[in-house]
Amino acid sequence: MKLTRRILMGAAAGSLLLSGTVAMAQQTELTFWSWRQEDRAFYQDTIKKFQEKNPGITVKFETYAPENYQTILSTALAAGRGPDVIQVRAYGNLETIATPGYLLALDQQNVPELANFPEASLAAETLRADGKVYAVPFAMQAQLVVYNKKIFKDNGVNPPKTWDELMTLAQALKAKNITPFANGTATAWQNETIVGGLLSSMLGKEFEADIVSGKANFTDPRFVTALTKLKDVSQYFSPNFTGVDYPSSQQLFVAGRAAMFAGGSYEVANFKNQNPTLDLGVFPAPVAKTGDQHLIATYYDGGYAVNAKTEKKDAALKFVRYLATPEYGTAFTNTLKNLSPIKGIKIEDPITQEVAKLAENSMSYLMLVRFRYQEPSGSVLLQSNVQKMLAGQQTPEQAAAEINKGIATYYKPFQK
Amino acid sequence: MLVSRKQAPSLKRQLWVAFLVVPPIVFMSLFVVYPILSAFAYAFYDWQGLARGEFVGLKNFKEVLFGATMAPVVWNAFLHNVYALIALMIIQNGGGFLLAWLLYKEPFGFRFHRIAVFVPVVLSTIIVGFLWKLFLNPNFGIINQALYSLGLDSWAKPWLGDSSTALGALILANAWHFVGFPTLVYLAGMQRIPPEIIEAARLDGTNEWQLLKNIVWPLVAPSTTILFTLLFIGAFNWFEIPYVMVGLDGSPFGTTDVLGLVFYRTAFGNQSASIQNFGMGSALATLLFLFIVVFASMLTLWLRRREIQF
Repeated sequence: MKLTRRILMGAAAGSLLLSGTVAMAQQTELTFWSWRQEDRAFYQDTIKKFQEKNPGITVKFETYAPENYQTILSTALAAGRGPDVIQVRAYGNLETIATPGYLLALDQQNVPELANFPEASLAAETLRADGKVYAVPFAMQAQLVVYNKKIFKDNGVNPPKTWDELMTLAQALKAKNITPFANGTATAWQNETIVGGLLSSMLGKEFEADIVSGKANFTDPRFVTALTKLKDVSQYFSPNFTGVDYPSSQQLFVAGRAAMFAGGSYEVANFKNQNPTLDLGVFPAPVAKTGDQHLIATYYDGGYAVNAKTEKKDAALKFVRYLATPEYGTAFTNTLKNLSPIKGIKIEDPITQEVAKLAENSMSYLMLVRFRYQEPSGSVLLQSNVQKMLAGQQTPEQAAAEINKGIATYYKPFQK
Repeated sequence: MLVSRKQAPSLKRQLWVAFLVVPPIVFMSLFVVYPILSAFAYAFYDWQGLARGEFVGLKNFKEVLFGATMAPVVWNAFLHNVYALIALMIIQNGGGFLLAWLLYKEPFGFRFHRIAVFVPVVLSTIIVGFLWKLFLNPNFGIINQALYSLGLDSWAKPWLGDSSTALGALILANAWHFVGFPTLVYLAGMQRIPPEIIEAARLDGTNEWQLLKNIVWPLVAPSTTILFTLLFIGAFNWFEIPYVMVGLDGSPFGTTDVLGLVFYRTAFGNQSASIQNFGMGSALATLLFLFIVVFASMLTLWLRRREIQF
């Protein structure tokens, strides 16, 4: 009796084990790392949809704090481990992990969907040394001006087209005791977003082209004039703006106590989350004179890459290909209110639509896109020198000269 | 017989001692000594992110101390560390000494104050940093609000955004956070002084200042040795308060930059400078370590010499 029971149980366990291994052989489990803890629900949903289409593959989503992500990731990769699919950043940050060969090069052979992406987005995920793409881009961001429609309406003003209109409008709001711009400069990187949001149209695409070719450098009158205008408009920033940090300036805007916020398109979703009653709009940086082209400053956040050492290359590529489809891009854009660069997506959110339309006329978010590859990075130089200029401790000419001096230490076109 | 009876417990005791000592030694070597030594080794290599490149000798050290890009940043930060050391020596240790003297005299409610003064030390530095950031907020922080309500509008400042006040504000926040520690150590030192010495001095008609200067201060020298040495190390390792209150960049425009922040930015990169340079970061950390070891030892030796046995 006892014996038969044991035999039976053993057989049952054995068959369970056997069926287990059979199932295991069919199942491939991918790990997918990200720093977007706040987007977990969206990614879980995406993974569910992907798994329905690809029954043999499961994906495990793991997140790490953004400030430690790069360190944890590069440590894991250096040890020959790391996830199969990796959310990576762009530009200089991508290079630190693509250069040592940790990522699989992608092309239209292994990821045909790359054809659906604009050139600039692929450039953001390209290693300059070999010209190969290493990740499928996921979001475009833009620096522009976010404004509170209700405050504008209550005061009978419209989004300004020219710089003079902006100054008049800011003056009118200030006279009515409304803070025109919520912005503050105490958090260093905010200075760069302010420059991108307010000065892009005055700098212009041609300026960017001249910087790239070396025909002009940062002591160029276009750059100095734009900085002078920024110094001018800073009188309309939040009171005591040199001591106002990023969270304080966001709160000021969210509370409806300021009319405008010069910064990233990513702020919109964030503002709306904190105060759903806000009625928001966006406008591009004002132009110096009527007839000039309105521009916003755009860049790409990052992409999805495949670990070069993964043993599950085919499954990982399948997943990354799924993350490159218009279906995914549409879900991404509409759920996260972040603009996917994939062509042919359908946007529901009106502000995201507006950003997408504005992005048709854009220049690069210059320092991030072109000068974050070497020390001293253009971003650090711009941030600290604009911060110093706005605090009244140096002139626009001096700020421009300092920025130029730093970049010229490594940028060949400036060394002629 | 006698010998073996004596040896038996000593072997047991040895095992007991080994049992107590070996785990911490293993732990320390694994998590402290080994990382320090490997950081020292890392400093001699070129790095691609976290992948080690070729051996470059002293190049990283040269770059940190004399390079056109790094050196100005490093020396700027170093001066701020020195400034913080001097200021904290006066405010934090000096203030601690005076507070200890007040508590020593057991004024009304001294038991409460003895605890109250130590409470901030127990708080997490992150909390203290955020708290002071809120206090110092230019528009709704209590410091400026208090000044406005007193009619001292011209005294109100964007404290953390003004290059002339930002570092001072960090130092004050740090002093508020830690002043309880020197207070307690000095208080213990003062309580060790035989009361008859102080009574005798009083009978001889010394005033308060002479008593403090000629009797108490020399007799708490052992406390001073500990506190000065710890503050020296702390001031050059200063990181948490600046990191929480002004961020990795030493904002505004590098006027609050300290070596701890420079090291972190260099080794691990930050949002605005994507470059992670482990070699240069390790070189800076090694130099800082050597600097602290050498000077802290010298300081300790010098301070020990002025201690009086009683």
